[in-house]
Amino acid sequence: MASEKRVRFTSGWLPYALIFPQLLITIVFFFWPAGQALIQSLLVEDAFGASTEFVWFDNFRELFNDQNYLASFKVTAIFSVLVAGIGLTVSLVLAAFADRVLRGATFYKTLLIWPYAVAPAIAAVLWLFLFNPTLGILAHWMRGFGIAWNPLLDGDDALIMVVIAAVWKQISYNFLFFLAGLQSIPKSLIEAAAIDGAGPVKRFATIVFPLLSPTTFFLLVVNIVYAFFDTFGIIDASTSGGPAKATEILVYKVYADGFKGLDLGGSAAQSVILMAIVVTLTVVQFRYVERKVQY
Amino acid sequence: MSTPESTPTRAATPRGPWLILMNLLPDAWRTRTPEGMVENRPVLSLVSHVVLAIGIAIVALPLYVTFVASTQTAEQVLNAPMSLLPGTHLIDNYTAVLTHGAGEASAPVGRMMLNSLVTALIIAFGKIVISLLSAFAIVYFRFPFRGLAFWMIFVTLMLPVEVRILPTYKVVSDLHMINTYAGLTVPLIASATATFLFRQFFLTIPDELAEAARIDGAGPMRFFFDVVVPLSRPNIAALFVILFIYGWNQYLWPLLITTDEEMYTTVIGIKRMISGGDAATDWNLVMATAMLAMLPPALVVLLMQKWFVKGLVDSEK
Repeated sequence: MASEKRVRFTSGWLPYALIFPQLLITIVFFFWPAGQALIQSLLVEDAFGASTEFVWFDNFRELFNDQNYLASFKVTAIFSVLVAGIGLTVSLVLAAFADRVLRGATFYKTLLIWPYAVAPAIAAVLWLFLFNPTLGILAHWMRGFGIAWNPLLDGDDALIMVVIAAVWKQISYNFLFFLAGLQSIPKSLIEAAAIDGAGPVKRFATIVFPLLSPTTFFLLVVNIVYAFFDTFGIIDASTSGGPAKATEILVYKVYADGFKGLDLGGSAAQSVILMAIVVTLTVVQFRYVERKVQY
Repeated sequence: MSTPESTPTRAATPRGPWLILMNLLPDAWRTRTPEGMVENRPVLSLVSHVVLAIGIAIVALPLYVTFVASTQTAEQVLNAPMSLLPGTHLIDNYTAVLTHGAGEASAPVGRMMLNSLVTALIIAFGKIVISLLSAFAIVYFRFPFRGLAFWMIFVTLMLPVEVRILPTYKVVSDLHMINTYAGLTVPLIASATATFLFRQFFLTIPDELAEAARIDGAGPMRFFFDVVVPLSRPNIAALFVILFIYGWNQYLWPLLITTDEEMYTTVIGIKRMISGGDAATDWNLVMATAMLAMLPPALVVLLMQKWFVKGLVDSEK
């Protein structure tokens, strides 16, 4: 597809007027604040905002010597690996079976896609209610099996709870993309393998799964971005980063330090590090898209 | 015909109890067979349906318990384990939250849903309108700084609100937009995704159409409204579904921007309702509010399923 039009209109001012609203919002609410964050990350301000000092990279140095920040990095890493790993596995299993089903496929699809419509914060409240140690029905069942469970006091329990809420919310998205990927695999390939005597499991492992790898890779990136950034609502609504910072992911820490703790320089430095992470993930994603286009 | 076990030209012959089960299977339970060949694996079909049913049960469990809790009294919910059968207070609870909210510092949920609806609609339409306009400018005109403008829109993808919380809040507060619909929506209206989507689509519109419009003496805006926008309708519908859900489900931004309970969106309202701890929380009312918060986006997904899937796939290209 051409990336340029042959036929164009000419007007001195019109294109600028058309693009103006978008650029205005971009500059005022994206570039200006991002610039402020960059500058702020190099400054130290005293508690009353009376004097500011330019300190080069002291804020960053301080961050990487801060045990709390390193712990938050670790929590984020564990959290995103679990969310992406479990989410992709469960969705792939469901999609693979749904792809086999001839009738009722639409029915299953309809019932599996609606969690997409649920806000992350609401998903968190639902699971918080189910896992609530005093009145939650799941907590009650778990006690029946002799499992000590209290996500309000135990860090691991809390992390498990937010992972479940995050995975639950993302299953429908992954499922839809996996199902679309499975349905686009040419039937003739599966048929040929079947005629050669490969059973369903072998066909899945040697043909379907490798052909699905572009979808899987795409979803992996999307899920990591999701776990890093879009799960803020889950954390804030269910655990607020606790207990004892056990679920304080990086995005939550930026908010807690900056908005509640009023540590402007430190929060800005964290923002800059997060920006670097987003840029990396976006570049990875787009390089992949470019490759896909050439296929 | 004697063939090895896995050869699909032969229907797998289950033995023992499977044989009975197989004969009980309704036709609808047979699996898809690749075209032109016979592969009947009733056991695998059964497993497929069982796995899917378990998946749906897990996905539906939180919704079901939420619904049940929203029909009981506060005491019934607190009396662990709560009954898993619907109670009799459905109408009472929903009327209570819609008109009075839950807990002390809560506006009526009816008001919150109005706020969510206004926010979601402004965000969805705002993003679509400004993205249509800027994509039109980028595709149909050549002007200085065109590349720069395109690049600037692209970079916003890398600046989600989560990484610039404080300075963006400061801008909005300096503009006196705290606790206003403008503050809730305008900063979220820029959209690289929608702009790209429309740009990609505009590039597929045949040049002959623009040529014909020019020969007929139609100006660019006439061409935009009479040709480009009508042709974009399917893309607009698909994007609308995705963006409406995006707007309705916003969390971090309204959390920062709304301090007045009259301006809370439903999602924020729920968070405020549960922040008082277990004893102070009327879980039956919170769950009724959660049902109300999920209803509009869920309806949009289910009623516009075709557009929803198209929007999801398109906007991730």
